[in-house]
Amino acid sequence: MARMKFLCDADRCIECNACVTACKNEHDVPWGINRRRVVTINDGKPGERSVSMACMHCTDAPCAAVCPVDCFYTTADAVVLHSKDLCIGCGYCFYACPFGAPQYPRVGNFGSRGKMDKCTFCAGGPEPDDTAVEYVKYGANRLAQGKLPLCAEMCSTKSLLAGDGEIIATIYKERVKQRGYGSGAWGWQTAYRETITG
Amino acid sequence: MLIKRKDAGSTRRTLQFTTADSQPTGMDRRTFLRRSGLTTGALAAVGAINAGSIKKAKAISPPEFGVPIVLKKNICTHCSVGCTVHAEVQNGVWTGQEPAFESPINRGAHCAKGAAIREIVHGDRRLKYPLKLVNGQWERISWDQAINEIGDKVLAIREQAGADSVYWLGSAKFTNEASYLMRKFGAFWGTNSVDHQARICHSTTVAGVANTWGYGAQTNSYNDIRNAKTMIFIGSNAAEAHPVAMQHLLSSKEINRGNMVVCDPRFTRTACHATEYVRFRNGTDIPLIWGILWHVFQNGWEDKEFIAQRVYGMDEARKEIDKWNPEEVERVTGVPGEQLRRVAEMFATQKPATIIWCMGATQKHVGTANVRAFCIACLATGNVGKPGTGANIFRGHTNVQGATDLGLDITTLPLYYGLTEVAWKHWARVWEVEYEWLQSRFDEVPAKAGRKPRTRKENMETPGITSTRWFDAVTFPEDQVDQRSNLKAMIVMGHNGNTVTRIPEMVKGLEKLDLMVVADPHPTIFAAISNKKDNIYLLPACTSLEMEGSRTASNRSLQWGEQIVEPAFESKNDYEIMYLLAKKLGFADKMFKNIKVENNRPDAADLLREINRGGWSTGYCGQSPERLKAHMKNQAKFDLVSLRAPKDDPEVGGDYYGLPWPCWGKPEIRHPGSPILYRTDVHVKDGGGTFRARFGIERTGKTLLAENSYTKGSELIDGYPEFTMAVLQKLGWDKDLTPEELAIIKKIGGEKVGTVSWSIDLSGGIQRVCLEHGVMHYGNGKARAVAWNLPDPVPVHREPIYSPRPELVAKYPTRPDERQFRIMNAGFTVQQNAVKNEISKKFPLILSSGRLVEYEGGGEETRSNRWLAELQQDMFVEINPADAAERGISDGQWVWVLGAEGDARARVKALVTERVGKGVTWMPFHFSGWFMGEDRRKFYPAGMDPIVLGESVNTLTTYGFDPVTGMQEAKVTLCQVRAA
Repeated sequence: MARMKFLCDADRCIECNACVTACKNEHDVPWGINRRRVVTINDGKPGERSVSMACMHCTDAPCAAVCPVDCFYTTADAVVLHSKDLCIGCGYCFYACPFGAPQYPRVGNFGSRGKMDKCTFCAGGPEPDDTAVEYVKYGANRLAQGKLPLCAEMCSTKSLLAGDGEIIATIYKERVKQRGYGSGAWGWQTAYRETITG
Repeated sequence: MLIKRKDAGSTRRTLQFTTADSQPTGMDRRTFLRRSGLTTGALAAVGAINAGSIKKAKAISPPEFGVPIVLKKNICTHCSVGCTVHAEVQNGVWTGQEPAFESPINRGAHCAKGAAIREIVHGDRRLKYPLKLVNGQWERISWDQAINEIGDKVLAIREQAGADSVYWLGSAKFTNEASYLMRKFGAFWGTNSVDHQARICHSTTVAGVANTWGYGAQTNSYNDIRNAKTMIFIGSNAAEAHPVAMQHLLSSKEINRGNMVVCDPRFTRTACHATEYVRFRNGTDIPLIWGILWHVFQNGWEDKEFIAQRVYGMDEARKEIDKWNPEEVERVTGVPGEQLRRVAEMFATQKPATIIWCMGATQKHVGTANVRAFCIACLATGNVGKPGTGANIFRGHTNVQGATDLGLDITTLPLYYGLTEVAWKHWARVWEVEYEWLQSRFDEVPAKAGRKPRTRKENMETPGITSTRWFDAVTFPEDQVDQRSNLKAMIVMGHNGNTVTRIPEMVKGLEKLDLMVVADPHPTIFAAISNKKDNIYLLPACTSLEMEGSRTASNRSLQWGEQIVEPAFESKNDYEIMYLLAKKLGFADKMFKNIKVENNRPDAADLLREINRGGWSTGYCGQSPERLKAHMKNQAKFDLVSLRAPKDDPEVGGDYYGLPWPCWGKPEIRHPGSPILYRTDVHVKDGGGTFRARFGIERTGKTLLAENSYTKGSELIDGYPEFTMAVLQKLGWDKDLTPEELAIIKKIGGEKVGTVSWSIDLSGGIQRVCLEHGVMHYGNGKARAVAWNLPDPVPVHREPIYSPRPELVAKYPTRPDERQFRIMNAGFTVQQNAVKNEISKKFPLILSSGRLVEYEGGGEETRSNRWLAELQQDMFVEINPADAAERGISDGQWVWVLGAEGDARARVKALVTERVGKGVTWMPFHFSGWFMGEDRRKFYPAGMDPIVLGESVNTLTTYGFDPVTGMQEAKVTLCQVRAA
């Protein structure tokens, strides 16, 4: 079974935000909720680099470890999803997540934040695939349609890669070889606890 | 070590709200989250969230499960890269967007704008129905009433003040067909004041580049840059302005281990990916290029063979270049000689090398000279006419290339024929109207202020007023405007009002107009910026996603867009609006004589066929609608780098993608298009070409024709002039013409059949026969390092009008005052006064402007798109930490930016960053809706105001116009910043 992963090649990311609006477009994500966003370091200085970030669908996801109602589950494709019916909006997952992925409609204590929302790797939620009820809660289910996340598919420079971890690692290795210098990848080791060689 | 960007109020990604009645305030992510559940007013309309679960406050058009999906292809309406948009339509509603992987240009990719483009069609902030301003209030009216009232008013104005008193401002967002139609409209109305955004974008490129080697367009393509070993960017921030192009550019950097040199006063997002960043003072492009060429010539790195064979006047150019030794270059530009030597070595010896430029170079009072210098750099090093080389000029809007080609320009009829009698007669033949009738439509101009009068014929051959000065032509005293009367009416289609410099002057012009008509998907700032109480009409036009037609990308490829959905609300497409107006004005029958019109909608394919019938000069003759549609259908077959389809393909075999112009001859001869201009190592039938012999045969005893250089397989193995029937007869090739072709040529030429040239031969015979003989019908000339017909034949440095270095003005002054395009260009006087009045002491900071990735152009459309607006909610000014500290300004605080002219001022947020050097400020140009501190939201028609408003940088930009094209100086002026 394929193991789905994201990889942002920071040598290619130009902070164009296509991934952000593609996500909004595909899932009709409301104003104020950012399932994906682009973070820039050293803004305006030599060494400026940007990375697109969202839920990284971790191996042994810390959000799932802290969730008091156990709303998270990992799919056969290794995508980390959650049930909005179970979520109580406590916000623990936000503190646990190393990537700032969980989003809430409101700020407050305990249940008053509203149901948590995050990137689904375009894989919907626990409801039946490709149904209106799934779309309203979680957005489109592209994986069920045999497609990959739209953010990566529309990335302007092919910086953001999504898909079978084996394949994107191979693509990235090729790029590193071609460039002749080291890694510009981001988040991989934190999320997947693997190292990249080559 | 990766850290999050500081969440101060002004950082570019900070989220923050705009509401109709309260001023936006900066907030960090936490306050943002707190607010987002409790919103009212404007925010609710952009999607608030219900308690408990994520639900759409207003789902725009979610996919419907189980309903069949129809796929439609169109082209993104934003920049000129030409990304294919794949739309999923269900029951006539656009419900989804998929990546168009098969397009060789974008391969599925988009930037923020392209990935959000569906919202532009669905957005509820669109102009929904025709509106009329009555005593300061917007009144809804019907289309019939609108067309009738507008028609009656312009006819009355024409009666009283002449045809030239109505200005027709078109759009780079038009399709090719609409652009052509509007230029034709201007001709039938009887004025040459027909312009569009190219005036303020790349008009200087077109003039400068065409005067160097023949055609004023990108010589290669985005895809071809994959072949480059060295790329020099100057005045181009592709990462924000042309993000999808970066896919190809970064590939070149990676695959070829290429050099990526970015020359820019600002450390842009493109610069942060560069291998070499050259920071230079704003407005010193020519010294910079001459500084590079100085090293090239000193070290003998120039391409001597190329210069000898294909370049005229390099010696003369060298005289100027030799003046720019490293010391003087450093004194003027601030760049050390050693760095430029390194760049020079890369550019001249690590080939192929290309120069990429944009509006940083062109939007200057010396724009034409700037681009000429870049061309000379390409010529000196032999970096043109080969893969991986060339002048890669990235145009701005989706179809600014096509709209320029099709003559939405005050100086020419469609396809660069100019305004001469020959040109008018050519188009009269294509349109099948009497030349005399066209002439009768133009004004006679009386003698004014000692100037000679103009007959109708002279007036029809005189360029109109540039779009950069239209308001001057309204407000100047009558005797200073060189036409029958001042401007009285503006008809604006697809063009925002904040694109011109000197907005305070523009507002005065707008207020004085008798009539303002805006046809646009959005109200535009014309609707809200002035205190006009009456006589503004807003007509809802649909986007080009809601209509059929072709667009020409920057690389000259034409792409056919399908209509995705029917026009939203009561909007109509551009063809229909122009048809209705022409009908009302009484010349629709003549104008649409050979064009099918159904239900008032002219047929786009038929319009393109008419363009094909007249488009010989620029090779717009071979791209029939059928061929273009076949290309869209077979996109996947074109090669990523060469853009060519396999020769054996039944539909598009051997073609280059989009039949990049010139695509010679009739569609039936299947010329494949020309992806790389002036390329001699391929046959002309495979897209090869020479430098155009359009400047004569010889000058001061030296030949202007190529020497020992010719295209592959050419039967003429030296330079040759352009072809006329007489040349054909002399070579005995006229025998190869078919009887039909000969008959048409004879009909055009009459008794002087020998004078019929390749560009006015409506049979296409001369082109066909030349191609058969392997020669280029436009001749085989030399490119010109010296363009003797331009004000500065060899580019020379001229300080900005408002120079931060007044001590350099005496040595490098701007050109003397001169009347251009019917009014005075008093740049010299303004520059001298600025020095005399010590403006640079009162306004010590340089102000420049540019693009953000989320927005485009005047920004009305993109700021109305909630997915984009969310990403960029504040107008801001970038200021260096040192300058900010001196002024006690901290990051994120409100500041006033004070302009150097009048009492112009703008209230914006400070973004304190080292992205700009000390003494330099920078502002994005997409904002409008605020004017000198006042939020003008309430003046928009209710519910049609963009989500995000802000001050326009052009409220602060100042005087300065290129002498060749009237381009405005939008890139270098002076300002002062103080805390608000």
